[in-house]
Amino acid sequence: MYCIMDYDCFLNKKIKNTKPSGIRKFFDIANEMENVISLSIGEPDFHTPWHIREQGIKSLEMGKTWYTPNRGLSQLRVEICGYFERRFGVTYSPDTDTLVTVGGSEAIDGALRCLVEEGDEVLIPQPSFVCYEPLTVMAGAAPVIIETKAENDFRLTPEEIEEKVTDKTKLLILPYPNNPTGASMSREDYEAIAPVIEKHNLIVLSDEIYAELSYGMKPTSFAAVKGMKERTVIVSGFSKAYAMTGWRLGYALGPEPIISQMTKLHQYAIMSAPTTAQYAAIEALKNGDFDIEEMREQYDMRRRLIVDSFNEMGLTCFEPKGAFYVFPCIKSTGLSSEEFASQLLMSKHVAVVPGSAFGESGEGFVRVSYSYSVQHIKEALDRIRAFLKESKNSD
Amino acid sequence: MKNRLLELLQDNCKFTDHELAAMLNTTAEEVRKQITEFENSGVICGYKALINWEKVPGSEVRALIELKVAPKRDKGFDDIAERVMGFDEVEGVYLMAGNYDLAVFVKGHSIQEIALFVAKRLSPLDSVLSASTHFILTKYKSNMVDMQNLSSDKDERECIV
Repeated sequence: MYCIMDYDCFLNKKIKNTKPSGIRKFFDIANEMENVISLSIGEPDFHTPWHIREQGIKSLEMGKTWYTPNRGLSQLRVEICGYFERRFGVTYSPDTDTLVTVGGSEAIDGALRCLVEEGDEVLIPQPSFVCYEPLTVMAGAAPVIIETKAENDFRLTPEEIEEKVTDKTKLLILPYPNNPTGASMSREDYEAIAPVIEKHNLIVLSDEIYAELSYGMKPTSFAAVKGMKERTVIVSGFSKAYAMTGWRLGYALGPEPIISQMTKLHQYAIMSAPTTAQYAAIEALKNGDFDIEEMREQYDMRRRLIVDSFNEMGLTCFEPKGAFYVFPCIKSTGLSSEEFASQLLMSKHVAVVPGSAFGESGEGFVRVSYSYSVQHIKEALDRIRAFLKESKNSD
Repeated sequence: MKNRLLELLQDNCKFTDHELAAMLNTTAEEVRKQITEFENSGVICGYKALINWEKVPGSEVRALIELKVAPKRDKGFDDIAERVMGFDEVEGVYLMAGNYDLAVFVKGHSIQEIALFVAKRLSPLDSVLSASTHFILTKYKSNMVDMQNLSSDKDERECIV
C-alpha cells in the first residue's frame, strides 16, 4: 500500500513560484536540431590556459585533496588582493575582507542573504543577468527593477536610481560590464551615481565578473570611486577572465563586517570552495595576465566584426564596451524578441536569446554572444543576413 | 596588424576585405593594400581549398620518402631539390636536419605506382644515396584541420541559466 503524496504542501512557495530561466528554452530547441549554429552561450569558448590546468593537476598529484579554510587558501586570498590592487587600485585585506566562493554566483547569493530581509527593497537594473531577481526574492526582499535605456547605451544614471528609491530601499545591484547588453560603466559614469547612493545610504553589490573583458576602456571597479569602497561588496571570479567556468571559483571582497557574515553562511552551507580549483586559481593570478590579454584581443576582434555586421544589416547595435555580448535592436523587423529568435532558429537554424529573457526592458532586442570562433560568427552572420532579406521580401 | 591579418586569412581566406577591416579596426582599402603587398612579396603564396582526399572515391595513395642525398659543391641541396620538385607525383619537399636530408611527399594511384616511382625515377638520380619509403595510412590532422573528426568539434558548452 502506498499513498499519493501532495508535494505542493511541502514545497517552499518562494521557490515554487520562481520561473525557470528563459535563456534555456531556445537552447533546448536548438539542441534537438541539425546543423544549428548557436550564438547563445554565455561562457568563454577558450580552454583554461594550460599552465593553469597544470597547477590544478599538480595539486591533485600531490594529494592536496582536503578542504581548504572556509575563507579559501590563504595564498589565494593574498593573490586575489594583490591582483585587485594591481588592476583596479583598491586595497583589501586577505585576512578579513576576502571570501573565496563557489563561482561568482555563490557570492551574489551570499551577499544578498547577508544584507537584505523581509521588508527591504533591492534595486536591480535590467536588462541584466537572470539571477539577481530570483535570488533577491529567495533572500526575502522585494526586487525593484530599474529599466536602463538603449539611448543611454544601457548605462545606469543617477536620475533612474532616484526615481525608484523609497525609504525601504537598502541595496543596489550594479551589473557592469553587463550581461546581456555588453554595456559598461566608465569611472565617470560610476562617479555620477555615487552621490545618490550616498544620499540614500544604500549598500552596493557590484558584480564585476566581466571587468577584465573591457574594450577600449580601462576596467573600473565601483569600489575605486571615492567613498564607495565602504558601502560596496565586489563580486568577481575566474570564470570569464581566465575561461575557468567549470572550476566553479569566485570571490567576494568587501567591508569586514559584511564579509565575516558571508563567511559564516558559506561555512555552514558550502564549507569551502573546490580545493583543486583554488590551486589552479593561484597560478592564474600569478601568471595569467598575458592570457587575459590574448583572449581579450580575440574577443575584441569578434566584437568589432559582429557590431559592424549588425549595423550594416540595419539591426542597430550600440558599441558594447564589455563582456562578450552584443544587444542589437530588432524592432525594425516588426517582430517581438521571442518571435525574432524563434523564426531565426526555425528558418536559419541560428540560436540567439530574446532580450526579454533578461527583463521586460530587453524587449525589442536579442542577445548575441561572441564567445565563438570568427569562422562560426561569420557563418551565423551570413545566415542572419539571409533571414533579414527573406523576411523583408515576404512583407 | 600584419600578423593578425595573416592569421585570419590562414584561418579562412574567404573573409571579405570589409570583414577583415572591421576585425582589425582599419579600412577595407588598407586591408587590400596589405594583402596585395603580401601577395607580391610571396608571403601569401596562394589560396587553395583544403581537401580530404581520403573521402573522395577512387582515392590516391600517399607516402613520405626519406632521401639521403649528397649535396653539390656551390649548389648545396638546391639542385637536387629542384629535380625532385619537378616530378608531378611530388606534393612537397622539405630540407631536414637529422638522419636524412630531404622529406619528399608523394602521391600515386597505388602502392605499386609509388614503389615504381621511387625505384625507377627517384633513386637513380645522381646525388641520391638512399631512399626509404613510408606509406601514409591515415591523416589525422593536416593544415590545422582534424581530418578524421576525432576530437568531436561539437560544442560541449551548456546553457545553464
